[in-house]
Amino acid sequence: MTGTEPAPVAETGNEDLATLEPGQVPNAAVPAQPERSGAQRVLREILTGNLLLSVLAVLVSLVVGAVLIAVTSSQVLAAAGYFFARPADTFSAIGSSVGGAYASLFRGGVYDYTATDLLGGLPPLLNSLDFATPLIAAGLGIAIGFRAGLFNIGGQGQILIGGAVAGWLGFALHLPFGLHLVVALLGGLIGGAVWAGVVGVLKARTGAHEVIVTIMLNYVAIYLLDYLLHTPVLQAPGSNNPKSPAELPTAVLPDLFGTPVNLGFLLAIVAVLASAYLLNRSSLGFKLRAVGENPPAARTAGIDVRRIVVLAMVISGVLVGLAGAYQVLGQTTSGFTNDFDAGIGFNAITVALLGRSRPWGVFWAGILFGVFTNGGYTMQAANAIDLNVVSVVQSLIVLFIAAPPLVRAIFRLPAPGAPRRQRKAAA
Amino acid sequence: MKLELRGITKRFGPLVANDRIDLVVEPGEILCLLGENGAGKSTLMNVLYGLHRPDGGEILLDDAVQHFSGPGDAMRAGIGMVHQHFMLVPVFTVAENVMLGHEATRFGGRLDLAAARAKVKEISDRFGFDVDPDARIEDLPVGVQQRVEIIKALSRDARVLVFDEPTAVLTPQETDELMAIMRQLKSAGTAIVFITHKLREVREVADRITVIRLGRVVGEASPTATNAELASLMVGRSVELTVEKAPPTLGADALVVEDLSVHDANGAALVDSVSFTVKAGEILAIAGVQGNGQTELTEAILGLQSGVSGRILLDGQPLTGRSVKGVLAAGAGFVPEDRQHDGLVPEFTIAENLMLDRSDGPPFVKGGTVQTADLNAFAEQQLAEFDIRAQGITTRVGRLSGGNQQKVVLARELSRDLRLFVAAQPTRGLDVGSIEFVHERIVATRDAGIPVLVISTELDEVVALADRIAVMYRGRIVGIVPADTPRDVLGLLMAGETAPAVAA
Repeated sequence: MTGTEPAPVAETGNEDLATLEPGQVPNAAVPAQPERSGAQRVLREILTGNLLLSVLAVLVSLVVGAVLIAVTSSQVLAAAGYFFARPADTFSAIGSSVGGAYASLFRGGVYDYTATDLLGGLPPLLNSLDFATPLIAAGLGIAIGFRAGLFNIGGQGQILIGGAVAGWLGFALHLPFGLHLVVALLGGLIGGAVWAGVVGVLKARTGAHEVIVTIMLNYVAIYLLDYLLHTPVLQAPGSNNPKSPAELPTAVLPDLFGTPVNLGFLLAIVAVLASAYLLNRSSLGFKLRAVGENPPAARTAGIDVRRIVVLAMVISGVLVGLAGAYQVLGQTTSGFTNDFDAGIGFNAITVALLGRSRPWGVFWAGILFGVFTNGGYTMQAANAIDLNVVSVVQSLIVLFIAAPPLVRAIFRLPAPGAPRRQRKAAA
Repeated sequence: MKLELRGITKRFGPLVANDRIDLVVEPGEILCLLGENGAGKSTLMNVLYGLHRPDGGEILLDDAVQHFSGPGDAMRAGIGMVHQHFMLVPVFTVAENVMLGHEATRFGGRLDLAAARAKVKEISDRFGFDVDPDARIEDLPVGVQQRVEIIKALSRDARVLVFDEPTAVLTPQETDELMAIMRQLKSAGTAIVFITHKLREVREVADRITVIRLGRVVGEASPTATNAELASLMVGRSVELTVEKAPPTLGADALVVEDLSVHDANGAALVDSVSFTVKAGEILAIAGVQGNGQTELTEAILGLQSGVSGRILLDGQPLTGRSVKGVLAAGAGFVPEDRQHDGLVPEFTIAENLMLDRSDGPPFVKGGTVQTADLNAFAEQQLAEFDIRAQGITTRVGRLSGGNQQKVVLARELSRDLRLFVAAQPTRGLDVGSIEFVHERIVATRDAGIPVLVISTELDEVVALADRIAVMYRGRIVGIVPADTPRDVLGLLMAGETAPAVAA
């Protein structure tokens, strides 16, 4: 956050003003980047948000979630009926319903403290990692798009296509153990890359907006898959359901040490490391970030902006395709329908935002969302709280992250930078 | 209505955009506000229109002191503004645009379009504007769109009308029509402030002329003054920027531009058959008022423009048809005129910005990986050499002052093996110290035997740096003259007088 950074040396204090000429109006009338679209400004705001803001957003969302749990709890409603007679009852009901809900969220998602031995409490966390794996992979894909200034809303379609390719290779080919898995995984990555790469090419060649194209390609993917699941190409032989055959054992991601976590989680970590290298150390990542931050300057510096746009979409698609492959080769290997994306394409956007589009940020955000998803089931079962409360909390996190001024207002954080105040004064 | 400005002062931080400016405009009078770009005309008018609060002085209408907290107040007080860039909604009709912002409604919140239509018709008839209230803005020619802006102002009973560079977007014929309209408004008793830097127009309609330079009123003139008198007032002689430089050691022809034209998507010539040569070890400065094709010319040389015809040769090798990367690889160094927009990535660190145009290969990239240690060492060295005042090489460039930002650009460009150096508006918005530094560097580059092309709208800078001066007007080079050409002659060239007329 700009506000907490070391104060600039005297020389740099007046950056906005010192660039003004006589007669030139300050930023109110002449923004530094005049043609930067609203979407890009939102993106900038999100990407420059800080860790504190992300944590606070999660916190506020949990508080709002608590209110939701309280007002929908039958226990609380009953006690509220005689609130003026015995108000303490209402408060204790609120306490027990909210406390109970979040306790079971923790028990189901992180650590089962009711287990008799130390290791026995771990399975919830391991299961959460299982849920987190595709979120991390797809979140990385979306994040790399963000860093290049691209809104990839097509995670759903890329997961479906990547997953379907991986799944088809997984049940249709007969290859030795090891090779089969590699082929199926590569197929998934390529499937995602092609589905996203089309968008990059369209944007680079024709200027088509990636948001619209990716959303439309989601529908194409859903219905294409639906069609194929009704044909012998994907449909399990002898079945009337639009469902594929089960994956062959040679193509399934093996579990690690007999835990619910499989090889996919390691692949996700590899993807995090690779993305971190790409963005922070590689020449390609440098150009990608330059294009994302300031396309005109990138172009003036001789960077082929259109090529970078296509590459960024392809890389984004590869990572999202990994999530798709994981869904059919790791998550549910008994055959897939056309909804195996399980909303990951969209949750990945949230994960990327919460992780501020940094690889390790995405990693931790993905794990948090894995915990939410996994713990949510326990919460629903143990406390009769609708699973949707968890979805609401997740959505609120995005809302608060997308509206940093709101969070700043709640916690009375300073607005970033003096120039902003200057702008207000000028307007 | 009589408009009076008394001692208006407006500061932006350390910068004084308007310094105790006094102005009086009587009803039925056209006052021309003449001055170069950046002289402070627009700031003054934004103060008048309530967009900026002045730091000192007062605005009086009919001798009553006004306090505007926004354009709404100014409009209600009877001030209308015709902006250079029209504030119209292209898909709305004329009547809809005119009513926008103070829509009259009938029962149930229905828009009273008929009233707006009648109003447009009435004003249009009164001044012979010939504007159809039901025409869509986007279908109208620019000149007519401007009339809609005037109608908009008049429909709010504006008694003081400000025209901010109104002719910049008009054809000569439309300009003549606008002049006629201004005379009509004047005879109807409107007080008019006409902002421009075009001498001919000034002399045609003005009753009085006030010249502004560097935020101050530097003189008054009558419309009978000669172009030379006006130009010398406008360009000024007071501030002399001196750059110590020895006579050039000229080499062979290095940059040869032949018959270069740039056309926009509509086929209009932005750069029109321009030819010039820059020798090795020479600074050719291109002077001219902003927007006369300089930007497009530099972008064409760098390979950033489409619609380019003609030839550009650097040391005998053609640059035309090359990608930007190809032009840079041929040894071109470029300081873009808008450093924040085209020259730097503000969110990147100083080190990252220093490798921006060398992100593909040695010295900073090997095997696709950025050599952070090499880059950091290089950045530290440049920080010292170019005296970039920052906490360190990881400081984000967006947090630097304009002068230090420009030093980052210069450090990046001048640290490559150059065969050509193109600097567009190299000192725009910089403080005096930084200007001096930038000028020294440019001269040092010349002395290293590199052909240098400097594009500047600042005549002081042009005169200080140039070995020869080319003046651009409306996409053409109207003359290439020696560096010791008198300033008023240059001023006339910049105002579009052709070379022979100047000589006469």
